[in-house]
Parts: sequence; C-alpha cells; structure tokens
Amino acid sequence: MDLATFLVQCLNSVQYGLLLFLLSSGLTLIFGIMGVINLAHGSFYMIGAYMAFALAPYLGQHFITMLLVGVVLAVVLGYLLEWAFFSFLYERDHLQQVLMTFGLILVFEELRAILVGNDVHGVQPPEWLAGSFSLLGMMSYPWYRVFATVVCLIVAAAMYWMVNRTRLGMMVRAGASNRDMVRGLGIDIKRLYRIVFAMGVALAALAGMIAAPMASVYPNMGSSVLIICFVVVVIGGIGSITGALVASLLVGFVDTFGKVFFQELSGMSVYLLMAIILVWRPEGLMGKRS
Amino acid sequence: MITSKSMPADARTRSFGWIIPLACAVVLALLAPMWSSYLSDLVVKIMILSIFALSLQLLVGGTGLVSLGHAAFLGIGAYATVLASSPEGGNFLVLLLAALVASGLSAAFIGAFSMRTKGIYFIMVTLAFAQLAYFVFHDTSVGGGSDGIYLMVRPAIGALDMESSRTQYYVVLGALVLVYALLAMIGRSRFGAALAGIRVNEQRMRAAGFATYWYKLAAFVIAGMLAGTAGFLLAARDGVVNPELLAWHHSGEVLLMVILGGIGSLRGAVIGTVTFVLLKELLSTHALVGNLADHWQLTLGISIIVLVALLPKGVMGIGEQLARKKKQAGGAAHG
Repeated sequence: MDLATFLVQCLNSVQYGLLLFLLSSGLTLIFGIMGVINLAHGSFYMIGAYMAFALAPYLGQHFITMLLVGVVLAVVLGYLLEWAFFSFLYERDHLQQVLMTFGLILVFEELRAILVGNDVHGVQPPEWLAGSFSLLGMMSYPWYRVFATVVCLIVAAAMYWMVNRTRLGMMVRAGASNRDMVRGLGIDIKRLYRIVFAMGVALAALAGMIAAPMASVYPNMGSSVLIICFVVVVIGGIGSITGALVASLLVGFVDTFGKVFFQELSGMSVYLLMAIILVWRPEGLMGKRS
Repeated sequence: MITSKSMPADARTRSFGWIIPLACAVVLALLAPMWSSYLSDLVVKIMILSIFALSLQLLVGGTGLVSLGHAAFLGIGAYATVLASSPEGGNFLVLLLAALVASGLSAAFIGAFSMRTKGIYFIMVTLAFAQLAYFVFHDTSVGGGSDGIYLMVRPAIGALDMESSRTQYYVVLGALVLVYALLAMIGRSRFGAALAGIRVNEQRMRAAGFATYWYKLAAFVIAGMLAGTAGFLLAARDGVVNPELLAWHHSGEVLLMVILGGIGSLRGAVIGTVTFVLLKELLSTHALVGNLADHWQLTLGISIIVLVALLPKGVMGIGEQLARKKKQAGGAAHG
C-alpha cells in the first residue's frame, strides 16, 4: 500500500470514527446516564438521513442551515418521544426497555415505508462542497468528507466542553455515576432527562444528515448502524464520553482497514475487536470496575 | 421461578403443574388430523419457535443471563444439519447429532468467553459473537453466502421421514414435549436450584462454595444445544437455511417472546411464542384487518408497545395483576 492510499484510508477512518462518535455519544447519554437501553437509536439516525433527503430540494445549497433546521426538528421529536414513551421506561427493567424500543423500531420502519417507500435514494452534496482535491498529487479526496470530518470534530469538541465544563454537564456526569445523589440534591431529574434525551436524538439525526451525501439513504440503515453503536459504547465503557470517542476512532480504523486487507471477512472485524477487548477488559476500555 | 414466593395454593398447582401442558400436548396430537395444511404448518412453526424460546428461558428466566445472540445457535444447528447431509439426504439421528454437537461446541466456546462479563456487557458480548457467526455464513462460501443453501432431501430414519408433513408435525410435537419435560426436570433439580441461586445472588452462591462460572457455562451449553435442536427441526421443515436465521433481529424476536410471555416460567415462553406468532399472523392477514395488513409491522410494533405498557410481567402476570386489582377494589369497598 503506498503512502497516498494509506493517508486516504486514515482520513476515511477518522471521518467514519467521528461520525460513529456522534451517534454513540447520543447513545451513551441515553444509555449511560438515563439507564435506558434504546434499541430505537438507529432509527433516529435513519430519520436524520431521510430528513436530509426531504430537505435537500429546498435547503440543499444552504447545507449548514439545513443541518441546523434538522437538528431543531430532531430536538422537538426527541422531546415529544421522551414525553410520550421513554418517560415510562425509567422505572422498568432493562428487558422491558428492550421490548418496547424494539416495538418502536418496527413502528418507525413501517412509517418510513409508508411515507417515503422502500427505494434507495441518494443525496447530492451542495455545489460548494461537490469537488475534491488532490492528495500528494496521487489520490483525490472529496471536499465533502473533509467538511463532514470538521463538523463532527466541532460537535465532538462542543460535547466534550459541555460535559466537562458546564453546569448541565456536571449534572449529566453526576447523574451517570449516582442518580440518587442527583435527585437528592434537588435537581429536576425529569427535566434533565428530557433535555439529555432530546440531545441524544439530535446527535443521531445530525449524524444521519451528514452521512446521507456519502452513503445512500436506504431502508434498514438504522438497524445496521445501531449494532455498531452499541459495540462502540460497550468497547468504550458504558457512560464514558471519552471512552466512546476512543472506541469510535478504534472501530473506525479497524472497520476501514479491515475492508482494505480482509475483504471477505471485513464484516466481522469490528465484532472480533469487541470480543477481544471485552475478554481482556470485561468492563470496556474506560468503564468502571464493579 | 417467579412463583417461588409461594403461597399454599401454589404448592397445589405445582404438583399438578404438568397436567395442563400434557393436556395441551395430547389435544395438539389428537387435533392434528383435522387441521388444514395451513393451520398444521402454522402450529409446527409455533412449536419449533417454542423450543427455541424455551431454550432461551433457561438462560433468562432460569439463570438470569440475558443473551441477545441466541439465534446464533439456532442457525448453527440448522446449518450443521444441511451441511452434514448428502444430496441423497441423511440419517435423522446422525444429522440431529451433528446439529447438537455443532451448537453445543459453539455455545461452549462463546459461553466460555462471555461468562467473564455481566449484565448489559453480557447482552452485548453475546450479540457480538452472534454477529461474528452471522458474518461467517454471510460473507464466506462455507454456507452458500447470503443466499444460503438448500437441503435436497429431508432427514429420515426408517419409516420416520421428514418429507411427510404429518411426520414433521409429530416429530416436532414430540421434541417440544421432551424439551419441556427436560427443562422442567432441570428446574426441579439441584442444578436448577443452583442456577436460580445464581440469578438471585451470584456473590452469595460463590461464597457458599459453588463454582458459579461452570454452572452458568453448563446452562449456556444446554440452552445452545436446545436452540440447535430447534434449528435442526427448522432446517428439516423448511429445506433451506440462510444467514438471516442468525441475524440479531431473530435473537431480538425470541427474547421478545420470552419477555412477552413472562420471564421465569416454561409456560411463559410457550405462551409468549404463541402470542407473538399469532399476533404477527393476525395483523398480516388481509381477511381480518383489511388493507392494514400491508402495514403489519406498524400494528405489531404498536401492539408490542401497548402490551409492554399494560403487562409489565408478561402474559403470565395477568392473573396476578387481576388478583391485585380485585384486592384493591375489595379493600376500597371495605375501607
């Protein structure tokens, strides 16, 4: 493998890894902090991708505006869903959550089929991001992927700042390690959960919108990404945002380079990684030992 | 088991507990000749899935191990059956043995690693291993890739020939009765009691001198082999296997059946399977729900959500729930 190919694969790995981080940090928030196993998280990613498909004819050229509009819509959706379904799930055990969110997946998938059908769609990147540039004079790399990486980096940095430096982040961290203490301190846990959930949905939808111009928009895109997300969260250690970041990048590299080196078995590489890591560290890379 | 906080009435139902399942089996055996081929086919499907759900119940309800990768063993059993049979078919017992050995060995391997983790991590590790198995069949040529492989001639031994749908019916019914009886016996044995102890408090069991790792691993292997049996029956019935058998959706569905029925009782697993399959069947039948049948996923999803909301303890918990309501109503009237 020459240097340029290697560089392109590295860039792709980082880009994919950061996209996974957007998704899995949303899942980490919901799963690690609220204690809800949300199998429907992949559906929010799918909803985001379809939102990009639906909004592109109107806002396609104002791509950043489109992302912002999508995020606002996703926050509203997340807020409503939390109120309607998820607020009932906190007191239930994990199995009931698995069951109910499995039901939600079926509902979202079928609604998608009714509203947009089962065709595979493509979303064009906006004109100002359509070209590509040359790398070391040998390989060309699309500008849109650079843009996607930058957006993900900005969001990741904002997430990191929010969790580690703000009051909301402090409550979130406290909620992750000791829910009863947070309640005891008189923090409105219901509202905290609703905000966290809406943020999780928005992150997943944003990832879906960013991914839409790179990968096609297709049915079942949610369920395949969901499993990878859980893999990331578990490798990183449940509830740890830093762990999710490290694990996302690791999975990004393993998946991308797995496809280059072991074409036939590339589907397995990520699961193999997870099995190895969990056998080595059953609580994940950054998880707390119980 | 859930009924272990027993009241005197429970003790009575317990000693006669086998009568109802046995009666059901006898009724199923007697009714079979009267059924249309559609109905008998549906019943066979439900019975095979019941075996699958029962095998998972041993883990979830019996031992407290929630696996989200159980379909792997169903699929491995099914693939082993097809791969071990020749174009002229194969010996029923030999192929069953192949399915049991393959699913048992893979369960021992996966279990040995997964048992190091707990709770949600265990759920995810079992899922990861199942995905690995899925990709082995999906991405390589071992099992015909994503198209799967056909079983040219169904397994047979002497007069027992799975080509006949009548034979299929009775073989599957017999297998269901045996698996149910086996699990009931395990539930009452010292081994089953140890598993229940692990479910309630593993630490204490370890302190009491039980090698809990080996107990859990044994449960995992038994459950895997029973799932492999279901896989054997499925392959013998359908005459075809494909990687979708191992897909995580399938593992999710069987977990759903167990939870829907009620965790902790064998009956719950069977009732959950019947409920789930019938619900799916009803909601996708045009004659019953009209054009809504095209959107059965939507209605099934909504039904699941409603069922979970209303029945936190599954279908088996309905009686308990009603009794509590009655008591409350009675209390209110007196107070």
